[in-house]
Amino acid sequence: MPELALKPAFNPSTPNPYLPQVATVLEVIQETHNIRSFRVRLDDEQAWASFSFEPGQLGQLSLFGVGEATFVINSPPTCKAYLQFSVMRAGEVTTALHGLQAGDKIGLRAPLGNSFPYNDLKGKNVIFIGGGIGMAPMRTLLLYMLDNRRDYGDISLLYGARTPQDLSFAYDRADWLGREDMRTVLTIDAPAEGWEHKVGLIPNVLTEMAPSPENAVAVTCGPPIMIKFTLQALGKLGFKPEQILTTLEKRMKCGIGICGRCNIGEKYVCIDGPVFTYAQLQTMVNEL
Amino acid sequence: MEASSKFIARTALAGWLGELSARFRVWAPRREGRAVLYRPFDPQAPEDNLPELDKKPTESAKHIIFPRSEPLINFRRKRDPEHPGQFLLDLRVPEAPGPSLIFGLPPCDARGFMVFDPVYNGSGTDGQARDIYYLRRRAAALLIVRSCSRTLSTCFCNWVGGAPDSAEGADILASEAEDGFLLEPVSSEGAAALDSGLLVPADENRLKAAQAARDEAKKTLKPAPDISGAGKALLERFEDAAFWKGEAAHCLSCGICTFLCPTCYCFNVTDETAGANGVRLRSWDACMTPLFTLEASGHNPRQDKAARLKNRIGHKFSYYPELHEARFACVGCGRCIKSCPSGVDIRRIVTDSVGLTQSPKPKAAPRNIPGGKE
Ligand SMILES: Cc1cc2nc3c(=O)[nH]c(=O)nc-3n(C[C@H](O)[C@H](O)[C@H](O)COP(=O)(O)OP(=O)(O)OC[C@H]3O[C@@H](n4cnc5c(N)ncnc54)[C@H](O)[C@@H]3O)c2cc1C
Ligand code: SF4
Ligand code: SF4
Ligand code: FES
Repeated sequence: MPELALKPAFNPSTPNPYLPQVATVLEVIQETHNIRSFRVRLDDEQAWASFSFEPGQLGQLSLFGVGEATFVINSPPTCKAYLQFSVMRAGEVTTALHGLQAGDKIGLRAPLGNSFPYNDLKGKNVIFIGGGIGMAPMRTLLLYMLDNRRDYGDISLLYGARTPQDLSFAYDRADWLGREDMRTVLTIDAPAEGWEHKVGLIPNVLTEMAPSPENAVAVTCGPPIMIKFTLQALGKLGFKPEQILTTLEKRMKCGIGICGRCNIGEKYVCIDGPVFTYAQLQTMVNEL
Repeated sequence: MEASSKFIARTALAGWLGELSARFRVWAPRREGRAVLYRPFDPQAPEDNLPELDKKPTESAKHIIFPRSEPLINFRRKRDPEHPGQFLLDLRVPEAPGPSLIFGLPPCDARGFMVFDPVYNGSGTDGQARDIYYLRRRAAALLIVRSCSRTLSTCFCNWVGGAPDSAEGADILASEAEDGFLLEPVSSEGAAALDSGLLVPADENRLKAAQAARDEAKKTLKPAPDISGAGKALLERFEDAAFWKGEAAHCLSCGICTFLCPTCYCFNVTDETAGANGVRLRSWDACMTPLFTLEASGHNPRQDKAARLKNRIGHKFSYYPELHEARFACVGCGRCIKSCPSGVDIRRIVTDSVGLTQSPKPKAAPRNIPGGKE
């Protein structure tokens, strides 16, 4: 037993981690039939000027009277004009968020959680594999790397969705497809009129692309079933578990490791994650 | 410290609690029907609400520091005078409540707060995010623990580092001594609270009587098995579906075990509104219910009750100790055993997991009970 510990002290100037900052919605972008992006900015000028985050970190968006929900900040830290969140309509809070218009006030608690190891990725070839809303968490890292292009090796992106209409970030895609310094492959599940890109499930297209595991890291986010087969495909291509990064989701509440909701064994997705390597996942209890 | 120990006669107890009520909101266990519950002590009618100190409280004392439901933020939407049609948000954090004093909690309840402490003091974020609501109550609370003169068949504090006379986490340790209580200060705040004309210095006889009663109580606990290997054993059992199915066979997913537990600290956050006003509430939650982990997609990482029981036991005996200096997140109070409607016994699960016992394969789950079958 540890020795007789004293009760914790309370310093009245301790910041309140549950109190959101008030932010204003600057712009709403309809990405797909069920995904909207919100560009927001903190109202408090001083707080906004000193706000910083790292790619992969989370924000809790609050609609008072409805609740809070967790989203990845998907704009890059290099963007100083706003923070972008892309929200797929799934339930109560997300549906209410979809009702927001420019000028509306929301609450924001951010940044929370860990981040992509963007420094360790320097000099490496990075392949992004995203499905559906899974593109959102990767977007922040991809844009950050493109803003610091010289620090990284080859960059490739495989981004898929069910249909062409389910692909988000049209404003980025044109740029990504046109760039010489990255390779972009888009895919949809079944043929569609006017579609000029790949047709096929993400793991199959990935196998076809056959990225080399040499000095490479794969970043993959998407629905669980896609992740499962993508991990298998990466394994066959020779990627080791340490070379694969992904983000996890859990039903979260506090976002600060207290409410006890998001644990996987002794790990908490809100503070130890959302970013994990596949090697880390293998050491955790099997309860995804 | 011995020198400053005091004695209070039973007959003077209500008067002393009345005195303390001037400085603290005093709570003490009280008998209500068959239950013993922690209730505010009413200094106006002290003799009518004398603390129940013989029977163990049915509930734990955690709600005094961590209320079942508490407002985190009061909010109000106001029309923006400069931009008609738009609203401004006014957010207010409720004022800190005044200091409280809990009189007569058993040692296991005081140790329960010590399981909360590191988590609510921000251990997960290296102190970046601390729970001010918990901390401000906790730091201002005085705990007068009463050592147990009797133990119950469900008590097993001695398995998990406790004892019927443990002073861990207490400010004052009270022990039965003939016609009253011996009061031993444990912290400096506790010593200060013993400064009252109603208390007399403890004499040698009463010190001896109290010690004898405590030694007697300790003897009534069965010797503790060695469960130091539980953390590892539970992890090794993680994939053993048959084991967990067996242990959870009778569980109803009612959550009683978590609500009565002095160390279960999980919560939910919800908003309630009335017109333009509203409140963001934090309320106790229970990992034993399926909604706890249900995600918006419909996916649920702990779909069945076996997975949920496994998490509850795993958290207490494996995950939490892994993060917090090998301290178990169970203080052995036995409430989850005593009050479980279907006889789930946490001791048995732990000893089964380390191989000290082997529970017989459970019969089919009882029928006609909601959730009894899965
Ligand atoms: C680390 C992380 C990052 C995420 N990033 C994004 C993102 O960038 N874009 C996006 O569209 N979605 C993201 N999600 C999922 C998003 O948080 C949920 O879809 C959302 O919470 C559902 O809330 P709801 O009230 O609309 O759903 P309801 O089903 O009505 O849920 C009610 C409550 O359950 C909780 N909840 C339900 N499902 C989830 C879930 N899957 N994850 C967390 N909490 C849940 C919420 O706290 C919510 O308040 C992320 C989730 C996590 C944990
Ligand atoms: S173990 Fe007992 S008290 Fe706990 S949820 Fe199951 S039936 Fe209810
Ligand atoms: S798990 Fe059971 S015995 Fe242990 S502290 Fe909680 S209620 Fe008491
Ligand atoms: S969301 Fe509360 S502990 Fe992770």
